[in-house]
Amino acid sequence: MAHASRIAAEQYNYDIVKKFAIMALVWGVFGMSVGTWIASELAFPILNFDIPQITFGRFRPVHTTSVIFGFGGNALFATSYYVVQRTCQARLYGDLLPKFTFWGWQLALLIGVVGYMNGITQAREYAEFEWPVDLLIAVVWVAYAFIFVQTLRRRSQPHIYVANWFYMAFILATALLHIFNNLAVPVNLFSMKSYSLFSGVQDAMTQWWYGHNAVGFFLTAAFLGMMYYFVPKQAGRPIYSYRLSIVHFWALSFMYMWVGAHHLHWTALPDWTSSLAATFSIMLLMPSWGGMINGIMTLSGAWDKLRSDPIMLFLIASLSFYGMSTFEGPLMSLKSVNALSHYTDWTVGHVHSGALGWVAMVSFGSLYHMIPRLYDTRLWSQRLVYVHFWLATIGIVLYITSMWVSGIGQGLMLRAFDDFGNLAYTFIETVTFMHWPLAARALGGVFFVSGILVMVFNIAMTIRTAHQEQAAIDAKIAAKLARANA
Amino acid sequence: MNEILAWLGRPEHSKPLALVLFFVIFVGILVYVFTGKSRARRLESYKYIPFADDEQDEKETDNDR
Repeated sequence: MAHASRIAAEQYNYDIVKKFAIMALVWGVFGMSVGTWIASELAFPILNFDIPQITFGRFRPVHTTSVIFGFGGNALFATSYYVVQRTCQARLYGDLLPKFTFWGWQLALLIGVVGYMNGITQAREYAEFEWPVDLLIAVVWVAYAFIFVQTLRRRSQPHIYVANWFYMAFILATALLHIFNNLAVPVNLFSMKSYSLFSGVQDAMTQWWYGHNAVGFFLTAAFLGMMYYFVPKQAGRPIYSYRLSIVHFWALSFMYMWVGAHHLHWTALPDWTSSLAATFSIMLLMPSWGGMINGIMTLSGAWDKLRSDPIMLFLIASLSFYGMSTFEGPLMSLKSVNALSHYTDWTVGHVHSGALGWVAMVSFGSLYHMIPRLYDTRLWSQRLVYVHFWLATIGIVLYITSMWVSGIGQGLMLRAFDDFGNLAYTFIETVTFMHWPLAARALGGVFFVSGILVMVFNIAMTIRTAHQEQAAIDAKIAAKLARANA
Repeated sequence: MNEILAWLGRPEHSKPLALVLFFVIFVGILVYVFTGKSRARRLESYKYIPFADDEQDEKETDNDR
């Protein structure tokens, strides 16, 4: 197997995959640590230390950008470059262009994060980058799309495997969303400041058309591409139903674009628009659960793998969280439920059940599968993968349950009236009520960050072992050659 | 031609038309995917693609021995 992997390493461009995979972990540790810090700030405001750069308002986009685009984005670049090569049995197109996507992406993230800490932001959720960074991202993204399509064109398989469809949809949709959401007029060519081309409710609609489709295509479709390759590979058996995966793909593609307006219930947005979005959100439950069932049923007849394979645990748990959050999402998109949940911590909990439970867990599982193969070795410790799994799972459960308590409690208190029609609670009473759930949430974050730190240690030791093994092989070959020449 | 374009240009016409078009295409995909025994066999055979590279690796290793 080791020799076969070395042949693969020469046939495919693994160097770029390694770079993105390692940076995914670097951004993951940074972004999740910042997330835990700001969660702690909400419970214990003294942690702001009166330093403007690390206050919640500035640190929050640092967290979201680092985890979504730093951890998630780098993991997607890594796995998409790996999957497209392995399923097409073709080397990645170009050598310089993939390197450009790597350095361009890291530079954009770095400028963005440093800028946010210094108050430079266009204040659009999940798209806080100012216009020069937006332009850089657009160029990187076009290069990414070009590399991906050119590699697909080189394939030695007549059929394009479904995982690549999901990656392709993610690349195309993200380009569309990024460009239209960031249409802005700079104050001048030498200023980082710009103003949106849209205003009022149109601006809000554009933002949430972007925002929810970033969830739909960046955080869902792309990670489903990951799932459709790594779950069958780790399980050692093909996906449960290929036809179901085709329907899953098209149903998601047809429906996701319509649902963004459910973020704007009970606002100035026309009522029919948000009703339409809620309707499509409910319909979206069917393809989401179809995909989840397709992934989980891949293990049908081989459930015992869950007892012996911690990577499989990550992948199947991620699908379970995917199912849970895609049930909770449509539920929260109903106007009556939204009237309670919106503007509360329930929304934050929902986002994290998807982000931690689905996105991060499927990424961890995929990286654990992929990285040893990139380095032609085995994982340094399986036991540490179990440790990581339980730390992450306990962290997520603590996070979600505390946010349900905090959010639903907060929502009920804000809506409560006394016998005279006055508000039953003052705002500060809701804040006092939320203190302990917020502290429990921060503790959940500590568990989750501890998990990724264990993973980083395990991966670092895996890579170190791979280098040592390679050095030993090289020394043996050199000794043999020396004996032959003597 | 201009009249057709003007008719299509009105949102109250283009939106239901787009809805009908998308719905029909989606139903078409469903019918295509779930009908025909030989098509079903062909489509299901694609699920083995992720394992094709393992076979290739093994062949190359065998040749190398």
